[in-house]
Amino acid sequence: MKLKNKELKKKLLRQLPLILLFISVLNNFDFNYLGLKYFSFNFSYILIFYFSLKRSYSLGYIYIFIAGLFNDVVNGSPIGMSSLMYLFLCGVAAYLRVITLRTSLFKDWIAFMSAILVLNSLSFIIVNLFFGFEISFINQIVNIFFTSLLYLLFSSFFNFFIGNSNVR
Amino acid sequence: METSRDDFVIAIRSAFLKKQNQQRFSLFGLIVFSSLILILGGFNFKPINYLKLAIKEIAYRSTFIVSVPENFIKEKYQTTQEHINLYNVNERNESELKDLKAKDLLNNFLLLENQRLKLIVEDYLVENDKIYAKVLSDKSSPYLKSIIINKGSKHGINLGAVVKDKEYLIGKIVEVNYTTSRVLLLSDINSKIPVLIEPQGLLSILSGTGEKEGIIQYSKVENIIEDTSIVYTSGVGGLFKAGIPVGKINKNNTANLNGKVDFFSDFSQLKFIEVLFFEKRASE
Repeated sequence: MKLKNKELKKKLLRQLPLILLFISVLNNFDFNYLGLKYFSFNFSYILIFYFSLKRSYSLGYIYIFIAGLFNDVVNGSPIGMSSLMYLFLCGVAAYLRVITLRTSLFKDWIAFMSAILVLNSLSFIIVNLFFGFEISFINQIVNIFFTSLLYLLFSSFFNFFIGNSNVR
Repeated sequence: METSRDDFVIAIRSAFLKKQNQQRFSLFGLIVFSSLILILGGFNFKPINYLKLAIKEIAYRSTFIVSVPENFIKEKYQTTQEHINLYNVNERNESELKDLKAKDLLNNFLLLENQRLKLIVEDYLVENDKIYAKVLSDKSSPYLKSIIINKGSKHGINLGAVVKDKEYLIGKIVEVNYTTSRVLLLSDINSKIPVLIEPQGLLSILSGTGEKEGIIQYSKVENIIEDTSIVYTSGVGGLFKAGIPVGKINKNNTANLNGKVDFFSDFSQLKFIEVLFFEKRASE
């Protein structure tokens, strides 16, 4: 019985990033009920980048792709858009994983910040020029700022929670 | 120089083309596939639309279930806030109620008179049908300020139908699925509706800002807007019935030339809404 429980816990812990990813795309943690005007962040970006970088086996590319489709449907953005952004983010993480020998949170953070800056600009261009949606610049900048800032917090939290062993 | 370029190419190839353990598809393959979906979706390719419809039906229901814990926390937070402010709110409500009771008597007379006059000029829209719907999800994204409701084409919802929260306009239907629909809120940056500003009687366009407020656009006379101005639908274009209350002008926010409008309805608190259909009634 104990062994079974342990195995179940292990399995759950293994699937936790995936469960979190689908909850985050379906739920969009936005804290809008707090009434904070200039606060929003993209938890999915943090989750995908962290786990693609540190535990690439936790999130399969195909699941990330499907999560992106769900995110587009929930947010009302053009279908395929989030999938593309998520996969590019995975690409950046995978590239970083290949070229890095010694891990450093600061370097990961810089790479993450640059990546989401480019990805958000790209999504802005696609959505604005090709699909004719209007997006608020300020909202985008606030989102990028808090997403990059909260990466440090969540990264430390994941390291603490899941354990820093067996990384890269 | 050449070695570093080779390293870069190898790293890129390894990141994008190599299939990792338990991965059936390479990153590059999926990126190409996503781009294809995005492009074909842009051209309204039929299979992509069917795929979208299928995902919508699953995602909207799942969103409702997944949001249960967050909605619970949200509800508790709001209940606490309401309890804290209870005394002040009650005092304000009592004084408002006295004023409103007095105004109501006059209002009834004006309403009847207005109906009679509008019938004479054949510009009177009557409520044809009303459907109550539950809000499944109120997640706002940088792209869209919208809500998803649990009624769709199966229940007779049509594109462009007017959506109200009690007596206040909150938006219109922009997407209809079989059992769900999406309502574009007035606060969305892409929302633009013809309005009438009273008591000045100014016709204008109310646009969303992506924030909590709306903004009055295309009006040359912003500076005569008073603190007490109320914004109603004007009925121009025939989509909305004239006279549905939308919001009031917040003079504190009119430092710039455009007047900002505080909506009467709080879009983050929507639980049940009304979807209305109107038809024109000619005079007898």
